[in-house]
Amino acid sequence: MSETRKVLIDPLIDNNPVTLQMLGICSALAVTTSLLPALLMCIALTSVAALSGAAISALRHRIPNNIRIIVHMTIIASLVILVDQLLRAYAFETSKQLSVFVGLIITNCIVLGRAEAFAMKNGVVMSFLDGLGNGLGYSLILISVATLRELFGAGTLFGYPVLEVVSNGGWYEANGLMLLPPSAFFIIGLLIWAIRSWRTQQVEKADYQIHEVHRTEVY
Amino acid sequence: MSEKKAFDRDSISNTLIVAIGLSLVCSVIVSSAAIVLKPVQEKNEEEFRQKIILDVAGLLEPGGNIEELFGAIEPRMVDLDTGDYTDAVDPATFDPLTAASDSQLGVAIPDDMDIAGIGRRAKYAPVYIVKKDARIDQVILPVYGKGLWSTMLGYLSVAPDGNTISGLRFYAHAETPGLGDQIDKEPWRAQWAGKLLYDDGDVPKIRVIKGTVPADAADAEYMIDGLSGATLTANGVTGLVQYWTGPNGFGPYLKKYREDSINE
Repeated sequence: MSETRKVLIDPLIDNNPVTLQMLGICSALAVTTSLLPALLMCIALTSVAALSGAAISALRHRIPNNIRIIVHMTIIASLVILVDQLLRAYAFETSKQLSVFVGLIITNCIVLGRAEAFAMKNGVVMSFLDGLGNGLGYSLILISVATLRELFGAGTLFGYPVLEVVSNGGWYEANGLMLLPPSAFFIIGLLIWAIRSWRTQQVEKADYQIHEVHRTEVY
Repeated sequence: MSEKKAFDRDSISNTLIVAIGLSLVCSVIVSSAAIVLKPVQEKNEEEFRQKIILDVAGLLEPGGNIEELFGAIEPRMVDLDTGDYTDAVDPATFDPLTAASDSQLGVAIPDDMDIAGIGRRAKYAPVYIVKKDARIDQVILPVYGKGLWSTMLGYLSVAPDGNTISGLRFYAHAETPGLGDQIDKEPWRAQWAGKLLYDDGDVPKIRVIKGTVPADAADAEYMIDGLSGATLTANGVTGLVQYWTGPNGFGPYLKKYREDSINE
């Protein structure tokens, strides 16, 4: 039981795919200007990660080593197309905002990374949970970033006004920078800083240290 | 147990079986999903198109029923060569893109006229008429043409003088995200309202320029700000607007529309 919990809970903070492993940053920048597309993206990625984990794990004893990456890609791509078709049918306008980014889940390192690192070595249920956990870890960061960006960039949450913006006669001067991609970098950077101050074991050892030369060493 | 050990997953036969089997299963799943969901997706596309028409007409109410709002708009078919209304085809079922490649319903566009880069066009085209107090308030023309990567499809709304643009919106394109896709974003597309199509004569003068329109330019009402990083997309927009409002497109129809409203 504790093993299952670990697989599911670990990727949320302790082994978060975005803030610790630095994966999936591209889509985290692109789809987080408002909450609704970010939420849809999270659902799409989490379901693909979980289902592809389960499918690859079920086939792991059959998949030949030399074509394993192609097999992973085929399974992941099929699932992504499936999710994309479903979004176009049932969430048409938000799927238009997501444009290419749903398709780009195919190349998302989180999904492929979990397939290669976990699903090939573990059972179906565990792989499903691992995909789910990692998807949720990604979602946690995306939703936090999107909440901050939409709230301070447009004064709304899910399109509903929270902070009355000046252009609508309110008091809040919307921060346009929040709607541009760099702000997602700042927010993710601040999140990483916050998490690492709290969980200090995540702080990486410096690769090198600047050696200060004492004047007696010069000659 | 020993038999299981003998199973070699790296053998050529297993590689082929896995590769072929997986491809078959995946293609069946993907294609059946596409077929099953197609009707719902097409309904969405249609509703989205109607929503864009309403938006370009300024009739879109947030939360309003699209179908109901769209009922106020009168679709008519126009014979492009003469510029007259026609009942030869039903605007509800007519698809200009399919008709363009049809040998009966479509005609080839002469090379020197084809500034939209579309090759062929249908003989008929729908127009959407918006009336206010029983008088024509604006007509909405479907326009399309080649951009950098894709065919851009949109609607152009023209005021009763037959010369002033009320708005331009695209509902389908695949231009570069972040650069060319600005054609469908608020700050850029808002510029079109109030610009003029023709100077004098029937050749449209409106165009997307390079850089921003100088405030003191004599013919600023014929110019739209360029899109930096998306010159080819912007040129495509110029081409399609000029083509569809030009003599080979809705030119004859717009001419009648202009003269009619002058007589009114």
